[in-house]
Amino acid sequence: MADKMELHDVEVWDGNMAFAQALRQVQVDVVAAYPITPSTPTVQNYSSFVADGYVDGEFVMVESEHAAMSGCVGASAAGGRVATATSSQGLALMVEVLYQASGMRLPIVLGLVNRALAAPLNVNGDHSDMYLTRDSGWISLCSYNPQEAYDLMLMGFKIGENHGVRLPVIVNQDGFICSHTAQNVKPLSDDDAYAFVGEFQPKNDMLNLKKPVSYGVQTEEDWHFEHKAQQHNDLMKSSAVIKEVFAEFKEKTGREYNLVESYMMDDADVAIVALGTTVESAQISAKEMRAKGIKAGVVAIRVLRPFPFDEVAEALKDVKAVACMDRSAPGGTVGMLYNEVCGALFHTDNKPVVLNYIYGLGGRDLLVSHIEEVYADLDASAKAGKATVPVQQFLGLRGPKLSFF
Amino acid sequence: MAITNGWNDCEPGSVLFSFSEEVQNVATTPEKDRPYSVNNTRKYSVADWRVDKPVHNEEFCIHCQFCWIYCPDMSIISEDKKMIGIEYDHCKGCGVCVDVCPTNPKSLLMFGEQTAIDEAIANWPAKEEKKKKGE
Repeated sequence: MADKMELHDVEVWDGNMAFAQALRQVQVDVVAAYPITPSTPTVQNYSSFVADGYVDGEFVMVESEHAAMSGCVGASAAGGRVATATSSQGLALMVEVLYQASGMRLPIVLGLVNRALAAPLNVNGDHSDMYLTRDSGWISLCSYNPQEAYDLMLMGFKIGENHGVRLPVIVNQDGFICSHTAQNVKPLSDDDAYAFVGEFQPKNDMLNLKKPVSYGVQTEEDWHFEHKAQQHNDLMKSSAVIKEVFAEFKEKTGREYNLVESYMMDDADVAIVALGTTVESAQISAKEMRAKGIKAGVVAIRVLRPFPFDEVAEALKDVKAVACMDRSAPGGTVGMLYNEVCGALFHTDNKPVVLNYIYGLGGRDLLVSHIEEVYADLDASAKAGKATVPVQQFLGLRGPKLSFF
Repeated sequence: MAITNGWNDCEPGSVLFSFSEEVQNVATTPEKDRPYSVNNTRKYSVADWRVDKPVHNEEFCIHCQFCWIYCPDMSIISEDKKMIGIEYDHCKGCGVCVDVCPTNPKSLLMFGEQTAIDEAIANWPAKEEKKKKGE
């Protein structure tokens, strides 16, 4: 039986320790992992917990991230609580198996510490890897600080393992800015955390010898479409369970989570839509803009998948100008958030100016002054009733101004 | 479990159950008595891309069961530890059974898919004489 850990009411943890402690508290049966910066300390801390007797489950060291996720698929199909963590190139190597996991409806939890994708090689934080998972059929939750990384990791198990959901869950946090930045985190006690998530409830598990089952079957044009449609339907419907788990967590801890988070949006004329640590920077900037008389707000996507289409439209229903901040090289089009937000707004009566900013690639610092530039563009566009700047601009880039559309 | 009608009644994860009901000690239950489900691949032919097929020649078989153990598709039919034949609806023609067959001549050999069984048996090679050392 695993030892319990005495935790203080407030611990000083970075995002990786927050992930590792949550994994320990829910007593994962199998962690199969391969280290990669900046997610390495998640599994490194976890392996220390294993070595020190705080974990009953198996920790499997594998030869690649493809093998890590494959091991997770096997263990999850066998009928256990399963998790891993990775970043960037590791995630890229996992991608094939990500689709296997969601297609087989295996509730694996993946701690994704967001980092840029090569080339050029870069170990720092941007959202390229998060964006690579967009269509993989996983639930995708976004944290902005270590406390949220911890909270969402706990909730991720409870959401994915729900028998009405049975889908894998990614919990995102920004590489280094969150993963290596020690902050105050209020953890639950070991008993409370485990009680909140509950004991793993297997479904169609391969270790049930009374009911042998095949995973990884082949369907061609006859049934593939129906299976993928059902998977999409169940992913879309999972937002109801996500909201229930968020509500239950608030009841227990007082900490509130929503599909879409809104800050200073009640009377906002202009809004920034962002992900990750940028959300907190944008809040600081919005307060400063308000001191200058600009009614600025921030909308943050907490649940990237299933995409909160209606909630995004609701959050932005009264604004005159919106900036969608994409921390990923868009590869020949507008950024992902721009597309998603425009899609959500297109069916509403409100037709604000919508701008797209590409920023922070490869860990480039986003300064509050950069965000003030964005708010200034939004304010001018809101007052003019049309875009006064190009739709897509690169922010914080050296060299001549780069913009499109 | 029945074959489904639409997306809303597929089994999540596109998993397939081997049996239509819970089973006990299935390994020791004769195949004919097992409650195979309608989705069990036992009921389908999954061998139509086979190019060469193994042919079993009972005359030389010693029922060692090597082929039964090695076959990756459970296509060797064996009852009461006697090799009976090959299940051609699932055999992919990989030839592992021929490779592991220890008799002389072999009791299993590969022939073209279109070759008739009696023609194959009629063309079975003779026993190979062991060469003595130094010959």
